[in-house]
Amino acid sequence: MSATRFDAEARQGLAMISPPLIYALLMLAAPLLTILAYSFFKDDYLKVIHEFTLDNYRAVFTDPVFHKVMLRSLVVAMLVTLVTVVLAFPVAYFLSFVVRPERKAMWLFLITIPFWTSYLIRVFLWKAILAENGVVNSIMTLLPFIDEPPFGNMLYNVQAMVITLAHAYAPFAILPIYVALEKIDRSLLEAGQDLGESKLMTFWRVTLPLAMPGVIAATLIVFIPTIGDYVTPELIGGGKTPMIANMVQANMLALDNRPMGSALAVTAMLIVAVVSVIFLFLNRRFLKVRQ
Amino acid sequence: MKGRGLRIYAILYLIFLYAPILILPLFAFNNGTIIAFPLKGFTTEWFVQMSQNETLRRAFMNSLIIAFSSAIFATSLGVFAARASTRFNFPAKTGIMGLIMLPLVLPEIIIAMSLLVVLLGAGVGLSIFTVILGHTLICMPYAIAILSTAFNSLDKSLEEAAYDLGETKFSAFRLVILPLVMPGIISSLLMSFTISLDEFIIAFFLAGNEPTLPTYIFSQLRFPKSVPVIMALGTVLVLMSILLLTVAEYFRRRGVARTGQKDHGGFL
Repeated sequence: MSATRFDAEARQGLAMISPPLIYALLMLAAPLLTILAYSFFKDDYLKVIHEFTLDNYRAVFTDPVFHKVMLRSLVVAMLVTLVTVVLAFPVAYFLSFVVRPERKAMWLFLITIPFWTSYLIRVFLWKAILAENGVVNSIMTLLPFIDEPPFGNMLYNVQAMVITLAHAYAPFAILPIYVALEKIDRSLLEAGQDLGESKLMTFWRVTLPLAMPGVIAATLIVFIPTIGDYVTPELIGGGKTPMIANMVQANMLALDNRPMGSALAVTAMLIVAVVSVIFLFLNRRFLKVRQ
Repeated sequence: MKGRGLRIYAILYLIFLYAPILILPLFAFNNGTIIAFPLKGFTTEWFVQMSQNETLRRAFMNSLIIAFSSAIFATSLGVFAARASTRFNFPAKTGIMGLIMLPLVLPEIIIAMSLLVVLLGAGVGLSIFTVILGHTLICMPYAIAILSTAFNSLDKSLEEAAYDLGETKFSAFRLVILPLVMPGIISSLLMSFTISLDEFIIAFFLAGNEPTLPTYIFSQLRFPKSVPVIMALGTVLVLMSILLLTVAEYFRRRGVARTGQKDHGGFL
């Protein structure tokens, strides 16, 4: 009886999930597999030859430009992640422990609004803020004793990209940490203090370890999209500091070498996956604590 | 006063988050072409120029069509996924849901490039239709996240009561479940609309020669002369997004209240 019930339920469930599943298979899985297949094909100027080769990967791994661009992407993404998560933690802590329950939804709403308003315009605004004749420099020259723009041109470098991206992904870091903090049983904190720990030590030994799953989620949620960002290197980096997305795009379209572009994309995704797995492995003890 | 330091920090953080957006209207009404202080004087000229721009109007219409279609497709597909994942157990559930939710963490450039290669390979011409295909894919996970909350809060006994009273599966869904999840559906439509309206990468690569608002903005940013008009357009877009999000949040809260849950707040 129970077996047939399960079968009926399984069939109903599969029927129910099939429209979105078929869509995801056609529009996501198939294209990703195509990219994977292309990365093993040969490129013969404007034409792709369907013949297995590892040459693309050999070229990717020995290409000094790829090393430089990949390294820059990793450094930018790691810096952005570090900045966003460290700055976000106190805000998440404030939301969870200080804000009155009935006002939490309003605070969360306020924090998420900027995230949903035109990404392109926000990136461009940073360009306007940091430019030589931009907002920061023009405000500084309004001060007495300062005649020249004191900071010069602050664009077209890694720091400017980190500021822009850290601003863009800020809310993404707050939400997972907030969710983890909300789950913490408040009596554990009282127990910590009853047993003679100071407030700081309770935070260090109880709150922080319990919040780690949220911090880990926030890290990955910021790290993965930032490393693949296309717009910021284009606008803020001025095309002078490309990241991996720009390199993939250039190979796919401008150079019209799809096998090479595919190999770059696959390699980049593998590197991101490996970095993420190493990061999860290093933090495995925090993820186990949860149960 | 508990957490005063934290409160000051949180407020400073909010100011940092909002600073660029607050600069936008200042320069949209500024009578000068350079984005710098001091401000030159008040003008509405940039808004006039904006409303007379033919390409911009076309981009706006395209964006509306794309956002409207993507929101409907993503939400329709999302209803199936949310219903299936909250109500049924089936083989490979984690894997299937993982695949459907994958666009949440996959960089958009990868989605755009792989779709482009496949569409060109299959001989599909690039148009706003291909953008809709891509936007439906990336809006679907957000729709599912919102809709799952709505479906999750359903009391199964309400549905069973409907069956006992002689309703068919379909009529029970229409008469009992649909009204209860309606706020979630509206919220999901508005969220998907907002995401699609703002999306740049997929539109940039899959639209062919058709402009959308973000790709139009991107093309104009190279010319210093057109920057003030973009500031005016940005102001309008930000106001539109805030309006849409506020309405979406209103419906999300109504949904939470209707099914008697505790409000945890926020999207995502």
